[in-house]
Amino acid sequence: MPEILLKVDNLKKYFPISGGVFGKKVGDVRAVEEVSFFVNKGETLGLVGESGCGKSTTGRMLMRLIEPTAGEVVFEGNSLTNLNTTELRKVRKDMQMVFQDPFASLNPRHTVEKILEEPLIVHGMGRKKERKQKVKEMLEVVGLSSYHANRYPHQFSGGQRQRIGIARALMTRPKLIIADEPVSALDVSIQSQVLNLLKDLQKDLQLTYIFIAHDLGVVKYISDRVGVMYLGRLVEITDTEKLYENPLHPYTKALLSAVPVPDPDIQKERVLLEGDMPSPSNPPRGCAFHTRCTECMDICRTTRPQIREVEPGHFAACHLFQESEK
Amino acid sequence: MQISTDKKTQPALAANEEKAISPRLEAWRSFKKNKLALTGATIVLFFIIVAICAPIIAPEGINDQKLPQRLLAPSADHWFGTDDFGRDIFSRVVYGARISLWVGFLAVLGSIVVGCLLGIIAGYYGKWIDALISRIFDIMLAFPSILLAIAIVAVLGPSLKNALIAIAIINIPNFGRLIRSRVLSVKEEEYIMAAKAIGMKDSRILLQHILPNSLAPIIVQGTLAIATAIIEAAALGFLGLGAEAPNPEWGKMLSDAKNFMIQAPWTMFFPGLAIMLTVLGFNLMGDGLRDALDPRMKN
Repeated sequence: MPEILLKVDNLKKYFPISGGVFGKKVGDVRAVEEVSFFVNKGETLGLVGESGCGKSTTGRMLMRLIEPTAGEVVFEGNSLTNLNTTELRKVRKDMQMVFQDPFASLNPRHTVEKILEEPLIVHGMGRKKERKQKVKEMLEVVGLSSYHANRYPHQFSGGQRQRIGIARALMTRPKLIIADEPVSALDVSIQSQVLNLLKDLQKDLQLTYIFIAHDLGVVKYISDRVGVMYLGRLVEITDTEKLYENPLHPYTKALLSAVPVPDPDIQKERVLLEGDMPSPSNPPRGCAFHTRCTECMDICRTTRPQIREVEPGHFAACHLFQESEK
Repeated sequence: MQISTDKKTQPALAANEEKAISPRLEAWRSFKKNKLALTGATIVLFFIIVAICAPIIAPEGINDQKLPQRLLAPSADHWFGTDDFGRDIFSRVVYGARISLWVGFLAVLGSIVVGCLLGIIAGYYGKWIDALISRIFDIMLAFPSILLAIAIVAVLGPSLKNALIAIAIINIPNFGRLIRSRVLSVKEEEYIMAAKAIGMKDSRILLQHILPNSLAPIIVQGTLAIATAIIEAAALGFLGLGAEAPNPEWGKMLSDAKNFMIQAPWTMFFPGLAIMLTVLGFNLMGDGLRDALDPRMKN
């Protein structure tokens, strides 16, 4: 039985909408609704979904960069929800984040050395000399050279900057890395380099990843398990192979059918979704997906399906697989 | 052949690559190319040197009265002429540079320090503290600045020191609002989120990440504000609310000279010219700095 590193229970985030003359609260954007999952030590959990489905918000809530409205995050058996700011800062040493935009996530006024050294300073790790040495080592680890230390971020290309971002996340030797679309801002050729780097690092440093992306190909390549999100909810989560071979949820099927196959002779059956994603400020009653679902039934319009284990290790939230409860 | 050329170019390339171009260096390079800005900086530098070396440059003291020689026109003896007490105007204008620059720098420095502190707190923490600080700024800006300065000096009593304090106070909301708006945009940057994710304390984020990235417009506004501060000091001096009698403050000199404007125009012309030149210098320099520091101008 693999050890669970991070467990998320019923996580919710509502962003208030204020309106009117006095900025009264007139509603909520339900960015994340009742998301629960776990991550085993040493594995990679991919989170996919279209833009606005709440995957980045979920990622940020795991580190409490955004305060959850409700729910609990348990990291290594300790709940993060009730930690005060000082305790939270200490925990962040063990869980780090890689950001999407390598051009915005590095302070333009700091040299690479300062950017990489800062996590060590903040957590009081090592003396000045050791810190500088570690910076140089880490630059080599992520495939840059130690002489790059004195340069500024704007002197690097996108891929190189993302390597710096990864190096920064690794400086404190964290156990968990939350990668929020780390390759979606990069060229395809650079994407594979960075993905391979992430894979190699995982092997060498025994890292656990939560990998947020909208590119299904990328997620398939790097993840051990994949969770699919739609309108703030987790609709399906299972092992990568199972998900790609045998998707259960109609939304997952539609998503997978949209992945291009590099073979013009293969005739693919496309599941075309109609309409747009409903607004998270006014989610549909019943199943969140029923407005666009190709297999919508009456019950879907009234009752929300709970996520349940359809087959061992394969969870889905859809009435098609909840017959036993009916 | 191929290999030998490679060996030759390799070290040169590496050495070139190691050179770090800091944002500051880049700004200086673009500033250097701007002729007008360089002219402004030269004028400012000139007045600073004049102010520092005043005792060496000035032929007479600021209060050496020679009544028989009153209101003499400019000549080889008295380059800028003499005033109604027979004092050498050139010497007084030279010493006046000390007062004006001192007032300009100190007042602006004071308002930058206080304004930045308030603005950063307002911008970063938001909510009620932002509302409170912003409303105070709004109230201060609702008064015409020179009127507010006069009111403050009236309360504190007329003196150069109090004029300086008044000018510093009336400029606080300008800097406060400027830095607040910068902080509002900088704090949403992903590198601030990254800094939080690393586990940094608020104080470190504010001082090491937000402040340095918010300072560029403050430097520009500060340079321009020195110019206005000098004018405001002169205006207060002219109204008799600034420097006291024998002090050769430029505004005060203008005020004293206004009675002799027709018979002895030089008594007004030279202090006025000095004010104009310093203000022009600071303005040109400020414009140049804006161009050099503005991120939108970079490619």
